[in-house]
Amino acid sequence: MEIKVPELSLVVLIGVSGSGKSSFAKKHFKRTEILSSDECRALVSDDENSQSATNDAFDVLYYIAGKRLKSGLLTVIDATNVQKESRKGLIELGRTYNCLPVAIVLDLPEKVCEERNQSRPDRNFGGHVIRQQNQQLKKSIRGLKDEGFRQIYILKSLEEVDAVLEIKREKLYNDKKDETGPFDIIGDVHGCFDELQELLLKLGYSVNRTDETEKNFGFSVIAPENRKVIFVGDLVDRGPDSPSVLRLVMSMVNSGVAYCVPGNHDLKLQKYLNGKQVQLKHGLEVTVKQLETETAQFKSTVEKFLYGLISHYVFDNGKLVVAHAGLKEEMQGRGSGAVRSFCMYGETTGEIDEFGLPVRHNWAKEYRGKAKVVYGHTPVPEAEWLNKTIDIDTGCVFGGKLTALRYPEEELVSVKAKMVYCEPIRPINFNENQNILSSQQEYDDLLNIEDVTGKRIVQTRLRNNITIREENSIAALEIMSRFAINPKWLIYLPPTMSPCATSDIPEYLEHPAQALNYYKKRGVEKVVCEEKHMGSRAVLVICKDEETATKRFGVQNEGIGICYTRTGRNFFNDAEIEKEFIGRVNQCLTKTVFWEKFNTDWVCLDAELMPWSAKAQALLKDQYAAVGAAAGGALPEVEQALQLAFDRGIKDALPSLEKFAVKNNAISKYIKAYQNYCWTVDTIDDYKLAPFHILATEGQVHVDKTNEWHMENIAEICAGDTKLFTATPYKIVNLNDQTSYNEAVNWWMELTKKGGEGMVVKPYDFISIGTEGLLQPAVKCRGSEYLRIIYGPEYDLPENIERLKNRGLSRKQSLAIREFALGVEGLERFVKKEPLRRIHESVFGVLALESEDVDPRL
Amino acid sequence: MILNITTTHKPATDLGYLLHKHPDKFQTLELSVGKAHVFYPEKSEEKTTISILLDIDPIDMVRGARNLGGDGFALGHYVNDRPYVASSFMSVALSKAFSSAMNGKCKDKPELVDVKLPFEVTIAVIPAPKGGEILIRKFFEPLGYKVELIRHQLDSKFPEWGDSKYFTLKLNHTITTKELLSHLYVLIPTLDNDKHYFVSENEIEKLLQKGEGWLKEHPEKEQIIRRYLINLNSLSRQALERLSEGEEIGDLSDELIEKTEKQKRKETLHDKRIKLVAEKITESGAERVLDLGCGEGKLIRQLIKQKQFSEIVGMDISYNELIKAKERLHFDEMSPKQKERINLFQGSLTYKDQRLEGFDAAAVVEVIEHLDLNRLKAFERVLFEFAKPKTVVLTTPNQEFNVMWDKLDAEEMRHDDHRFEWTRKEFLEWSNKIGKTYNYKVELFTIGDEVENIGAPSQMAIFTYGN
Repeated sequence: MEIKVPELSLVVLIGVSGSGKSSFAKKHFKRTEILSSDECRALVSDDENSQSATNDAFDVLYYIAGKRLKSGLLTVIDATNVQKESRKGLIELGRTYNCLPVAIVLDLPEKVCEERNQSRPDRNFGGHVIRQQNQQLKKSIRGLKDEGFRQIYILKSLEEVDAVLEIKREKLYNDKKDETGPFDIIGDVHGCFDELQELLLKLGYSVNRTDETEKNFGFSVIAPENRKVIFVGDLVDRGPDSPSVLRLVMSMVNSGVAYCVPGNHDLKLQKYLNGKQVQLKHGLEVTVKQLETETAQFKSTVEKFLYGLISHYVFDNGKLVVAHAGLKEEMQGRGSGAVRSFCMYGETTGEIDEFGLPVRHNWAKEYRGKAKVVYGHTPVPEAEWLNKTIDIDTGCVFGGKLTALRYPEEELVSVKAKMVYCEPIRPINFNENQNILSSQQEYDDLLNIEDVTGKRIVQTRLRNNITIREENSIAALEIMSRFAINPKWLIYLPPTMSPCATSDIPEYLEHPAQALNYYKKRGVEKVVCEEKHMGSRAVLVICKDEETATKRFGVQNEGIGICYTRTGRNFFNDAEIEKEFIGRVNQCLTKTVFWEKFNTDWVCLDAELMPWSAKAQALLKDQYAAVGAAAGGALPEVEQALQLAFDRGIKDALPSLEKFAVKNNAISKYIKAYQNYCWTVDTIDDYKLAPFHILATEGQVHVDKTNEWHMENIAEICAGDTKLFTATPYKIVNLNDQTSYNEAVNWWMELTKKGGEGMVVKPYDFISIGTEGLLQPAVKCRGSEYLRIIYGPEYDLPENIERLKNRGLSRKQSLAIREFALGVEGLERFVKKEPLRRIHESVFGVLALESEDVDPRL
Repeated sequence: MILNITTTHKPATDLGYLLHKHPDKFQTLELSVGKAHVFYPEKSEEKTTISILLDIDPIDMVRGARNLGGDGFALGHYVNDRPYVASSFMSVALSKAFSSAMNGKCKDKPELVDVKLPFEVTIAVIPAPKGGEILIRKFFEPLGYKVELIRHQLDSKFPEWGDSKYFTLKLNHTITTKELLSHLYVLIPTLDNDKHYFVSENEIEKLLQKGEGWLKEHPEKEQIIRRYLINLNSLSRQALERLSEGEEIGDLSDELIEKTEKQKRKETLHDKRIKLVAEKITESGAERVLDLGCGEGKLIRQLIKQKQFSEIVGMDISYNELIKAKERLHFDEMSPKQKERINLFQGSLTYKDQRLEGFDAAAVVEVIEHLDLNRLKAFERVLFEFAKPKTVVLTTPNQEFNVMWDKLDAEEMRHDDHRFEWTRKEFLEWSNKIGKTYNYKVELFTIGDEVENIGAPSQMAIFTYGN
């Protein structure tokens, strides 16, 4: 005997104690698929026969079964299940998760069961128990179908049980995951035959009339390049020629050029054709009239066709779902009455609006699923994406247009309605498209706290899952809420950068050899060395004009761009200066024909903005200058006292006198070091902006380019405004060429001798994969004098530097890579026009990781 | 880093006996993070000076530095002023170097112990942030010292950066050696907020011992004690600091700074405000209430006393404040019944939050002015469109009243973190707009004593849903 069960089903075993359910289950299902009531009894009471533990045991069983079904896993319930009440709960459970319930009944002779129980010392209940169970079982069998089981298998003897060699799992009808497209998904047609024909033509299909055969209904359609049409349903009613639409669609479906899911109108027509009592309104009366001249045979074929339509389809490895009224994530790929009804009517609140129509609950607003959902049902003036869903019913029959979505291109193709065939009950404002913000942008106006709090796991393209710990989310939420700019601007936060490994040359803490070797060792042949500027990290989002700010970023009345810090704060505290600064950058981009060259209206730049003292005023005053001032106030007093003592003949004062002279020298070097990066800013020209990455423009995240490409293109921008912009000097270094290598080292020496911060070494390709996976996107090597302000004025004294050399980089490096992956992820998501929460998740992640405890001197 | 004690007592060389330190020796003591040297730069019958010089190892100090708390920027733990200032390290050095003198003992000349001697003390340098000069005077002058202060410039290359918080301090007094040393021991570390070792119970003992005989009568006793036993920062605070980029996070609650008149005034105003808000919430008949931006839970402590409230939810963006609120409410010791009524969680008023839905009333006390104006729209939607409590009681400062407070420039705001302060008209307009947009009835109130043409220090709006 062959048993077939749907791939995703709730298999309920039914049989008296001793009927062999557990053995049967073990034979045919995976261990983890089986939930046994006895085992649950054992879990909660240490005794698998404890009847007093039954309630708790079933709580556990239901809980686990629920979790499994939610995750789309077949689940087998191994319990007697001989009473109707006990099965009722399971049927409910199946319904809750839209999984089909299947019953497998082991109706074996009482004697067999009794014998088995007697052979088990732990099952010492009397024969009356089996007898009673058996009576209940017999009573049950006939009612199983009415109880709601979709498939019922009854095994009446040991032979029959043994004859089951395999339980076959069948795909659900809606599972078309193997079909990857490309598709042209067409919205509600409602009998608009001419427009449909025109649209198909526009999409590249050729539609020819032929003689009707069994296979087709008068049309033969040839698709371009393996494309297929998917109709979202509501083929009929209201419009001028529903019979022709049906003929065309049926021809296409039958010949395999199209899929079709049913709409509520199609379903109603089917009921009517089947002879059921339906009210002839909402356009059905029109269709009925049009069908009057059709043959009975045609009508019966139509009825069968419509009846056979599958509520929804899951295509392209689960990436695309098509259903007439859309479908929530938890219902996708499942089969139940509730799923079918959702597909047909969507979600309603039960209320009735002023037009007497049911009030719809917009499920798409809450949609968080991975699959894109394409649907129709509700006429809208324009098809617009919202949270990966799109309604493509643009109300053709009401005088709007008939729209197709090309997948995977995501291009919308429409033809205008030739006329208004029907007035809608609830008016549709086809000219409403003056909406300044798109639906997605309106929806994105507010982020949801659930999307950022607690422990989070963010999936990234570059490095799979990245975990954000709860304590870091807590810190990030405060910083984000209190200090960060409008999240709509905040599409990127830069990663931290690891220094190179510690030098083994005694007088150096950092030396370029280690930076170069980091890449050389990992198989990188070419690197780009860039001078490191000592200012403040700045990310710039600059739009061509205010319209772009609104259209692309959904930002209104906040200017044409923004400049923010590595923690998402506004770089400028003064709105006027900010405006002027952004304006200057914008003008420079315009002047250097950046917009045209990159075919974009906006850009995200990663840069260093100098002087350091411009943003870090507080830090300089409270920290760096303060230390200098304290030392400057104290050290002369110290030297004077020691000198007096020494002069008085206290020779033991000499070592201290010398030591404090060294300290004095160190502090003046230290003061010089930080002063190097400070100057007074009076006008915009006193700022120096040094961009180093063109992170993203419309449609592109430029991480697929080389770092040389970035430097070259940036140099072109810098040439447009040499007062404000500074082109960063850089060198391309061939790591296998000793001369080139030495040049890089010497260049660093030169730069740092002049008081420069040092240099950044980047792999030639922006993203480099080495033997150990993703490599550091950059490694910094800081100059000796600069390090004085990081490690303290006297860090380079031999006894100090030796101790400081004992530093570990692994945490910093791991952090840098994780932040890099998250940062790029945010940009990718933005460029792909994903909902703001998805971009915010990545950016928030970077901020949260930044609060991890890592030595800040690295 | 250096402290000089000079006396002109005749013979001044008695200083050596008093302090148990040979005038012609250079002595070195080991400290936990370095050394202290004790020596005499000058010695004569007329005038003798002893120096105590700290020689702190900055790298050693860094070890375990994360436990120090410290202020502001995370890097501050590594490059900081500790090696150059007289801080609690100096107190430790004093007590180590001069332990018998501090305990009032003098082996060779016991008669000197009770003699008041003319002393001059020079300390280079003393860190004294936030109103430091006043503080130094307030602490030393009541004890009879003549105080002279020289303030150091931050950076000579950038005079526009102004003065630093560092002073060279000169003290003159005629006093016993024991008194002098115990004053210095207690007061030096109170001048700045840093402390280099954990404050423990032991610390209280030390303070009481060293303050014997003078601290009780000191007019600034409370402040001295409070500052001596400085708060420890929590770990979450440190996580925040790492994000601060050196800018001050700015505690939203009372800091450990000297209470100025302004602050005292603010406190009484705040008490009035809380009282009024609690009254209004009660009047609204609400049972389930929200305190949005609850801070350390002042309002919650008012509300909890009333049976009327079956559920009180406090939300704040600062996790630290919530911890404080829990402590002040004694949340952990509450009975289960009481705990059931209270729920505290971190949240942000610019993110939509389901947890805030379905409440009768919400208090939003002195919160909105901490939001950037361009984020206010998000707040409005979160509260009035989605959380939609039946009643909202909201307060914010009246900007017009600022002129009544001296030391507050016309442009200056009342709190560093305020992003805006509204006039009565601006608040009225905003409130009416909210009422109209989200279908709330609006009533306006004043908080504090009103002045003609200026209004009261604070303003309040009560929004009631529906018309």
